[in-house]
Amino acid sequence: MSLHRRTLLALPLAAAAAGGAAAQSVTGESFAAAERAILAGRTPVAEGVTIAMPPLSENGNAVDLSVKVESPMTAEDHVSAIHILSELNPFPRVAHFALSPRAGRAEVTTRIRLATTQSIVVLAETSTGRVHRGTREVIVILGACVDGG
Amino acid sequence: MKRAASLALLAGLGLAALAVAAEVRPPQDYLSPALRAQQDDPSRHPGWLWVDEGEALWRRGDPSCQSCHGDIAGMAGVAARYPAVAQDGALLNLEGRIERCRTRHQGQPEFGYESEALLSLTTAVASRSRGLPMSVAVGGPAAAFLEQGRTLHETRQGQLNLACGQCHDDNAGRRLRGDVISNGLGTGFPAYRLEWNEVGSLHRRLRACQLGVRATQFELGAPEYTALELFLAHRARGLPVEAPGLRR
Amino acid sequence: MAENILARITLPEQARKGEVVTVRVIVRHPMERAVDAPGLRPVPRKILHTLRVTYAGAEVFRMEMSPGIAANPYVEFTTVAVESGAMVFEWQEDGGTVYRREARLEVE
Repeated sequence: MSLHRRTLLALPLAAAAAGGAAAQSVTGESFAAAERAILAGRTPVAEGVTIAMPPLSENGNAVDLSVKVESPMTAEDHVSAIHILSELNPFPRVAHFALSPRAGRAEVTTRIRLATTQSIVVLAETSTGRVHRGTREVIVILGACVDGG
Repeated sequence: MKRAASLALLAGLGLAALAVAAEVRPPQDYLSPALRAQQDDPSRHPGWLWVDEGEALWRRGDPSCQSCHGDIAGMAGVAARYPAVAQDGALLNLEGRIERCRTRHQGQPEFGYESEALLSLTTAVASRSRGLPMSVAVGGPAAAFLEQGRTLHETRQGQLNLACGQCHDDNAGRRLRGDVISNGLGTGFPAYRLEWNEVGSLHRRLRACQLGVRATQFELGAPEYTALELFLAHRARGLPVEAPGLRR
Repeated sequence: MAENILARITLPEQARKGEVVTVRVIVRHPMERAVDAPGLRPVPRKILHTLRVTYAGAEVFRMEMSPGIAANPYVEFTTVAVESGAMVFEWQEDGGTVYRREARLEVE
């Protein structure tokens, strides 16, 4: 009986330790570190990026996100990369798009997972070495009728 | 004065027209504009991946579904008439009908409820009735099943002691946390639910409802759920099939 | 060796040369996040991590995905109609499997 009780008591401690380790391995790179790495010393311009997202997201499992960057998309001056970063997801780097003048427009849409209410940051790199930055807040609403899948 | 206050409250909910209407409205009326637009656009609606898979299954095997029924386009209108009573007196929903075909005419084992194959075939067949009005038969041998379903719908159950109608009639159009309560119809099922990240059956959704009110859940494919499905289909009579639906 | 995968690719059947066309892609994939939590059976990460699109001799679009992309990934992008031909979509999955699908664009 006492052995049984001790086992029960010990379990949450072991679980907590495992949880801590898991959280660390998941986090890895922080949001700030990811943004710094992409910027690589450049100072972003806070214009030219339009982010379309529902202000209230109905379910964090699939949130529509559209990004539009103003660019002539010519061989000399085009958007070459669009990075989507999340402030509070387990992985800050949500997606990265590589574009060329063949895209015609610097516009992409996808669906992302959001762990919680937070800001989404978009960095767009151009062939001329500029970086444009846009940000948008999104509120994730919790539904009532959840069944854990 | 009191009336004005309650109207203001309803307007604040943004769904005044829905909340004061006593009639049963199609589930698509309760979707957010974004979700409704996505449900209407196959190029952005992941549920159509299951339709594609089901259409491929329709043509596969010997005999295939197609060898007896012809092109799947001929299934238009079928989902609007299910659940239906079979010749031996059993009430079958679309899933049940497909499983019977499979064991009796194709000589194959059942796919199993909620299996990928059964969901895909059911979704593909149901999608052929998209937009057509629901019209299940409820007379004759179906009458007893309809009453069984109605009883389940009207009986309080679970630790929360709630009947279906207390949410889906009395409070339809109002918010429950982040959700808007609909009239609780099954016309969009099988549906792609964001909560699930995949397509699921109406029975899976009904299990989630019962979990929500802390009631004992029936098994997928249980006759109780199929009877309720018939009642819901009759409740939705005249409303369009939305399968594959898109739900939160 | 590329495997088949269930995908819906939507693009106009025809386009004028030089026109910017919109391409929409939904692909069937659970985008399995790694699960490593107490009390749960550990599940290794298995996602599609890259989508490459080649058309008329060049890579015209590439997307790198994380577990932060929704299950059954959806993406919409644009490309300039250059010539009639196949647009090739190639997904790379954790573990090395490559899936490929094609769609045709007619350019007049």
